[in-house]
Amino acid sequence: MAYFYQNPALRWLMRNPIWGFVLIVFIFFSLASDHFFDARNFQNILVQTSTIGLIALGMTLVMINGNIDLSVGATLALAAAFAVDVQSWAMFTTWGNWQILPAVCLALLVGIAMGAINGFIVWKTGVDAFIVTLGAMLGIRGLVFVYTGEQSFYAMNFAYSDFSALSVGPLPVLAVIFLLCVLAVHWLLSRTVHGRNTYAVGGNREAAVNAGIRVGPHMMINFMIIGFLAALSGVLLSTQMGAATPNLGRDYELWVITAVVLGGTKLTGGKGDIIGTLGGVLAIGILRNGMNLMQVPAFYVYVILGSILIAVLFLDKRFNASTDGGLRL
Amino acid sequence: MNDPREPALRLQGIVKTFPGVRALDGVDFEVMPGEVHALLGENGAGKSTLMKVLAGMYQPDEGQIIIAGQPVRMTTPIEAKAQGVVLIHQELSLVPEMSAAENIYLGELPRRSLGRVDWKTLEERSNAILTRLKCKFRAEVTVAHLSIANQQMVEIARALTVDARVVVFDEPTASLTDAEKVVLFDIINDLKAQGVGIVYISHRMDEIFTLSDRITVLRDGAYRGTLTTAETNEDEVTRLMIGRSLDLSRNEAPRDFGKTMLEVQKLTCPGLFEDVSFSVRAGEVVGFYGLVGAGRTEIAETLFGLRVPDSGEIRIDGEPVAISSPRDAIAHGISLVPENRKEQGLVLQMTCRDNMTLPQVQNLTTGPFVSQSAELAIFDQYRDKLAIKTPSWRQSAGVLSGGNQQKIVIGKWLSMQPRVLIVDEPTRGIDVGSKSEIHQLLRDLAAQGYAVIVISSEMPEVLRVSDRIVAMYHGRIMREFTIDEVTEDSLVQAISGIKTTEAA
Repeated sequence: MAYFYQNPALRWLMRNPIWGFVLIVFIFFSLASDHFFDARNFQNILVQTSTIGLIALGMTLVMINGNIDLSVGATLALAAAFAVDVQSWAMFTTWGNWQILPAVCLALLVGIAMGAINGFIVWKTGVDAFIVTLGAMLGIRGLVFVYTGEQSFYAMNFAYSDFSALSVGPLPVLAVIFLLCVLAVHWLLSRTVHGRNTYAVGGNREAAVNAGIRVGPHMMINFMIIGFLAALSGVLLSTQMGAATPNLGRDYELWVITAVVLGGTKLTGGKGDIIGTLGGVLAIGILRNGMNLMQVPAFYVYVILGSILIAVLFLDKRFNASTDGGLRL
Repeated sequence: MNDPREPALRLQGIVKTFPGVRALDGVDFEVMPGEVHALLGENGAGKSTLMKVLAGMYQPDEGQIIIAGQPVRMTTPIEAKAQGVVLIHQELSLVPEMSAAENIYLGELPRRSLGRVDWKTLEERSNAILTRLKCKFRAEVTVAHLSIANQQMVEIARALTVDARVVVFDEPTASLTDAEKVVLFDIINDLKAQGVGIVYISHRMDEIFTLSDRITVLRDGAYRGTLTTAETNEDEVTRLMIGRSLDLSRNEAPRDFGKTMLEVQKLTCPGLFEDVSFSVRAGEVVGFYGLVGAGRTEIAETLFGLRVPDSGEIRIDGEPVAISSPRDAIAHGISLVPENRKEQGLVLQMTCRDNMTLPQVQNLTTGPFVSQSAELAIFDQYRDKLAIKTPSWRQSAGVLSGGNQQKIVIGKWLSMQPRVLIVDEPTRGIDVGSKSEIHQLLRDLAAQGYAVIVISSEMPEVLRVSDRIVAMYHGRIMREFTIDEVTEDSLVQAISGIKTTEAA
């Protein structure tokens, strides 16, 4: 056993068991499928991962902060609807491809606004974020149906739907945007004052207040960030589809929470990081992609992911019990 | 069934290691039937680990557990209980919504057919045990409605559902009043008379000398010796515990105070405290002494902006200030080391360094980022200054001992360069050795010119650190003493609400 505690790579893996799992599924699918180990497929995985991944970045912030946001799927759908619809408004007809710009900006602002509303209610009323965002999930989804009249919107400007096919060097543009956001949120969380205070508020709210930290604004900022990322995710998803459907993003909140929890973030707050979350979304992405390549019916993915979720958390508990204070004598 | 010549329980050469730590290093311990055997040691000495070995929660790496002459192996608390070894936890582990009877037989409810609970038997048996413990409440009552002391009785009653050979009490008096303690001691003596072996763990010397027959001392996970209570004294026990003798003196530092840093006039918060006026000078430690609930903590919370006073004035450095949040208080140079450091002072999952810099991290930035080097510089400075023992700044604060945790909280505020430092119960739950270290620290801070307020419920502590003592009773200041004029009698009278001629 002593060896396990001394080898730095193994120690790192024990603290981040999800990356061990990522490694295992990666090797497994590389051997099991002829089509998996392929640069183009890796691009695919990154693009597929980016949708849930972007929201998961925001969810990591919100959950470390001691809250949760269930409304992200609905926010994603609302933002996508705005992005596709606004570009065909009459006032922008003469703008050419520039008509996309106000549409996307408005969609992102709508996402930030939804997050701000969630955050403001949680801050000012003190109602649990689970309840507030459960209400928001239902309410915003309702708004989507009202706004779209239960119809799908289609993008008339082909530049919009072509966007997702662009590449930066070897990387698809969607993957680049995702990876840039990973870096940005990682820095935000690990290096800035806001990130530090996010941990403090989630870890011990009372101690944070006693240290002069203003709890409410930090929570509201994090809700606005997740709202923005959900909207961005919705915009990018609608560029891939060239359309926005009213049911877009259903169940995404569950996928996102699964990925974040797989990555080691605690539902109780105060603990977690972006490196773990990245592992969590990649695990889900690789698993879905690999099983799809092996033509395993999609619902088996649910069974396996459900089992993995519990197994990873179990391992985490086993390995990390001592560092979490179980060693106190 | 208990043979009085054979130990009820014997531990031989118990060794238990955790990665990187040798928690128990060949510990011997025994309890005779009908004996109260006290187990003493500072926090981290290995008491809790030894108890967990006893209760079957940990497996020893080496050594033997012998019960009534037979070596046994216990892998779960249930097996330990079946062997007649029961642990009464420091923290109560009851289900508050259930009745006392249900709690007493939790997990072992008597049954009828089809898995139905046999309520009649349950209540008969429970009431019988409660009667044996001379409890004045019935087993049908909901636990949430009982006082803490009575809840503890339920916990003890739970231990007596089996034919206990050995009952382990872990800090049982931590939350009891004096009157309740007397009842508990009666029960312990009753159990003793019935031939049960008692292991009694406590920090409080007076209790140990009242109750115990023998005392075993642990230090740093090792056995340091067993003393017969009747043949020893507090000094000898303390020396064994900390390896040196304790400083029980009164503060005799030279008085050399600067200008008045904090002045409070007629501060009132209805129902909590009324008409409170006092001042603290630079270089002075003012001790607030009183019973729990006398309003001392509430005054501290008001000064720190956690409560809004009804009326009154607070002046800092001669200027009247309005404080409505901890932010305001911090901006005016007031710092509070709270009563309960784990719940109010520290973010346990965070590293020591991050905890230390928490209130000022916004001032330690280069560009948008927090400057790691600036943070480390502060951490290193106060780790050295306060002699904080931690392997690295990365250690999460939750893992440290109480004394080191307290030093982190103190360091956190010192690094803010406060004008007034308020310390509420600075040594609660901290072992004897770290205690005197923290007392010395508070004196040093005064010598450096800080204005310090110490709130404490322990008279030796107040006497050791204060230059002046403010005695409170029922939300009012009864009397103020300088350290030279105070006597223990007058202090006790003042905090009990007895008006003396001088005070009138």
